[in-house]
Amino acid sequence: MFHVKHSDADVVVVGGGHAGTEAAHAAARRGANVVLVTLKRDGIGVMSCNPAIGGLGKGHLVREIDALDGVMGRVADKAGIQFRLLNRRKGPAVQGPRAQADRAIYRREMLVEISSHDNIVVVEGEVTDFVLREGIVKGVALADGTMISSKAVVLTTGTFLRGVIHIGDVSRPGGRMGDRPADMLAKRIEDFGLPLGRLKTGTPPRLHKDSIDWSVVDEQPGDDSPVMFSFLSDRPSAHQVSCGITHTNERTHEIIRKNLDRSAMYGGHIDGVGPRYCPSIEDKVVRFADKTSHQIFLEPEGLTSDLIYPNGISTSLPEKVQEDYVRSIKGLEGAEIAQPGYAIEYDYVDPRSLTSTLQVRDVAGLYLAGQINGTTGYEEAAAQGLVAGLNASADAAGLSPAVFKRDSSYIGVMIDDLVTRGVTEPYRMFTSRAEFRLSLRADNADQRLTPFGIELGCVGDERNQKFAQKMEILLSAKSRLNEINVSAVDAASVGIKVSADGAKRSAYDLLSFADSEFSHLVELSPELSDIPAEIQLQLKRDALYAQYIERQAKDVESLRRDEAHKIPSDFDYLSLNGLSNELCQKLEKARPETLGQAGRVEGMTPAALTLILAKIRQTERRRA
Amino acid sequence: MDTIFALASARGKSGVAVVRISGPSAMSVFSVFDVRTLIPRKAQLAELCWKQEVLDQAIVIAFPSPASFTGEDVVELHLHGSIATVSGVLSALTGLEGFRIAEPGEFTRRALENEQLDLSQVEGLSDLIEAETEAQRRQAFRVFSGALGHKAESWRSDLLRASALLEATIDFVDEEVPIDVYPEVRSLLVSVSEELQSEIEGSTVAERVRDGFEVAIVGRPNVGKSTLLNALAGRDAALTSDIAGTTRDVIEVRMDLKGVPVTLLDTAGLRVSQDVVETLGIEKAIERAEQADMRVVLLESRAEELPIKPRTDDIVLVSKADLVEGDISAATGQGVDELIERISDRLLERVSSAGIATRERHRVAMRNAKNALGIAMDRLDASPELAEMVAEDLRSAVRSLDSLVGRVDVEHILGEIFSNFCIGK
Repeated sequence: MFHVKHSDADVVVVGGGHAGTEAAHAAARRGANVVLVTLKRDGIGVMSCNPAIGGLGKGHLVREIDALDGVMGRVADKAGIQFRLLNRRKGPAVQGPRAQADRAIYRREMLVEISSHDNIVVVEGEVTDFVLREGIVKGVALADGTMISSKAVVLTTGTFLRGVIHIGDVSRPGGRMGDRPADMLAKRIEDFGLPLGRLKTGTPPRLHKDSIDWSVVDEQPGDDSPVMFSFLSDRPSAHQVSCGITHTNERTHEIIRKNLDRSAMYGGHIDGVGPRYCPSIEDKVVRFADKTSHQIFLEPEGLTSDLIYPNGISTSLPEKVQEDYVRSIKGLEGAEIAQPGYAIEYDYVDPRSLTSTLQVRDVAGLYLAGQINGTTGYEEAAAQGLVAGLNASADAAGLSPAVFKRDSSYIGVMIDDLVTRGVTEPYRMFTSRAEFRLSLRADNADQRLTPFGIELGCVGDERNQKFAQKMEILLSAKSRLNEINVSAVDAASVGIKVSADGAKRSAYDLLSFADSEFSHLVELSPELSDIPAEIQLQLKRDALYAQYIERQAKDVESLRRDEAHKIPSDFDYLSLNGLSNELCQKLEKARPETLGQAGRVEGMTPAALTLILAKIRQTERRRA
Repeated sequence: MDTIFALASARGKSGVAVVRISGPSAMSVFSVFDVRTLIPRKAQLAELCWKQEVLDQAIVIAFPSPASFTGEDVVELHLHGSIATVSGVLSALTGLEGFRIAEPGEFTRRALENEQLDLSQVEGLSDLIEAETEAQRRQAFRVFSGALGHKAESWRSDLLRASALLEATIDFVDEEVPIDVYPEVRSLLVSVSEELQSEIEGSTVAERVRDGFEVAIVGRPNVGKSTLLNALAGRDAALTSDIAGTTRDVIEVRMDLKGVPVTLLDTAGLRVSQDVVETLGIEKAIERAEQADMRVVLLESRAEELPIKPRTDDIVLVSKADLVEGDISAATGQGVDELIERISDRLLERVSSAGIATRERHRVAMRNAKNALGIAMDRLDASPELAEMVAEDLRSAVRSLDSLVGRVDVEHILGEIFSNFCIGK
């Protein structure tokens, strides 16, 4: 038995998934002594769903985690076996880095990151209860009776809260294939009076690599010049491979249609709400009845793995039906299923009961992160883990809280969405959720967040120095461009179409034209060629949206103004005559911290906002 | 929250005076005045008793929340319209716990806050109360009944659809997106943009209906402009004499020409003058005549050279028909009715093209939206791959439309709108 002295932990992190590892590491970076409790040491860094990291919005989150010196980006770079930058042809604001990851490498490297950190101790065990002192969470109790006391606890139990796995009409309790659910903890959380809801998600069957006829499926190679997640990585370290692409056909759909009533989801066995964005193949066949074919990515689970993850056909049909429809697909005629697809149902806590630090509003010392808050995806989980870890350690050591804002990070957008609007389906990040998308880019995550991370004390020396160097070069290059004036005639001479209105334009201004490239500037001023290629690219990305970002400055300002109106935590919405009952209830649930947040509560109207503002001012006047 | 009350009808003696009460304690006035419980929304005759004395015999109506003008509990007392009765009732109300006299526009403000009205409806209501002519009443009622809000909502939903299509190409690039979304996006943008354009054009006319059309009477000195103005107005609004240059400033007379609100402008006679004051008057006359919606040009004879260049709708007449061979004589009234007919016909034709947006604020919002759409369409042509920028332009168009019905930036427009209201509305 592992024994931990009571005074040893500042922060206990429950769970070793993507939220848990990031939370533990973030708290440790801020100087906290962390105990990470997980059911199995082997479970640290496991990817339970598809073997890929990143994508649109998600890739942005990974970059932001990395900018704050988090672990996900670094580990994904090491495990990456196929890198693709999504939306390469669109503008940089909506380009998202993505990589197929080797599961084994990912797990191994994550374990290295966690166990090599001096401030983290890993304990195997099942947390069954909290240690409470005067209503404040002061540690956890394990199933074997061990108590670990701490100043704060971060709970990252993923889908383990009352998890139920469904395959066709067969269902059994389980947090993930092969793992027990955490039912006692769910009961304890209920005792806190936290509102729980039920969600579901699903996975496809895993196939044996050798049973697939690769000669007839399309090949999807990675990018020629891979874009990495971490600002500290230069190139992939693992061997690079391709994915396969195949398609469902009418026969596949026919098999699924005929067996719909045997699907756990369609047979009425599941009450939880699933994500619209990641539909099961049953969903796709029913909802897009006129489509005769759906795309399937055949993703290798790793370099040494014998398994293939067929992305696009997650299901909760019975095993035999899964086999039938899989074998109706081109290239998969002889496919062997290594593990059937399944749907999993689990409890989540209504995130409107959290504050923007991810602390449970009414339970001091307790933080929640990851799928338990109703999100889906590794990246969303990790980003929350980071926020919870930073704040739990702040709690423990009396440091300043880490609050992320909508106008400076996707992390801020997500946390704000969660705590003010709650979720109705598993929450996934999209670029369209960020109203300041043009400034919140994957490429400038370091410019947006690394200084904040340095201020918080969670950024190490290596990144600190590298960032300082980069910024020095970037700023001096930018000021050089600003000092060069270019006439419309000269601009036209290198192919940049500029209206001849006599306005003075700097070389930097020229970069903001969609059809201009840095090479045009070098043609005009050859001495600019000494600016490093990566910096040239960054200047172009920054300049492209300059005009839009300038215009948005007003919106940012009005957002900040609204955020500056704090709403007291004991604000009495019932006393506001004129709020509809429905809105009143929503506000009571979300308890927005600022007027800005109140404005984003679903169904909010300007009239109601005016009422709240008037009341805040009244109270402020009385206090003054 | 206070319960507010105010005299809702005009001050002074009248047949009936209406006192309106709104707020959480509104219904308590029945026990205060010793009136038995009422059937909601039914007019009932009751004696209002106060301190063992009958204040008045009144018609009382109760409108329980939320089905009332403000959305709160509302009570209306229809009193005999005597100054003493009204002030007796008001002073009785003033003494009640939690009651206070309403601030200007406060009833409407509460209606807005309780979402009984949107911002454009509030403006419509304000216009409705101010309406003096039939065309104004009709237009204000259209705005009040939410026509502008409905339009904005339909534009907004079209633009949101276009945004959603674009966003799908961005966020779901790795998944299956309906093949080419651009044709639909384009057609949505074109149709919203065209509707905005026609509404912007119509709004200028609508604003005229609200504020009145200006019709300027111009001509050489002593041609009878002031006499005509007086004849049209039916009273001596302008000083007339035989001395050329009598009118120096611009004289305005508001009138109702067959339901169309018109402001007639009498201007200084156009000639070269040595008099500094008269010269200033002439400059002003030309300026105002140019800005007016229509000009009636009076001539001394058909041979006379026109003092200004007339536009399509302008009316050119030879004056003093009682003395020379002409079209109109203000002195005898000959041709005056025909002139009224011609002016009102031409203006009514313009009124028929009036939009539902009646204010500069509306026009600015629509113009901003249309500009944003224009940029979006240009970008869609030039570099369709930069969908995120097109999406940003659409966002800004939607934000502009939102401000039409007051969805954003309410705070600073609210004050301005309510400042136009008077107590009891």
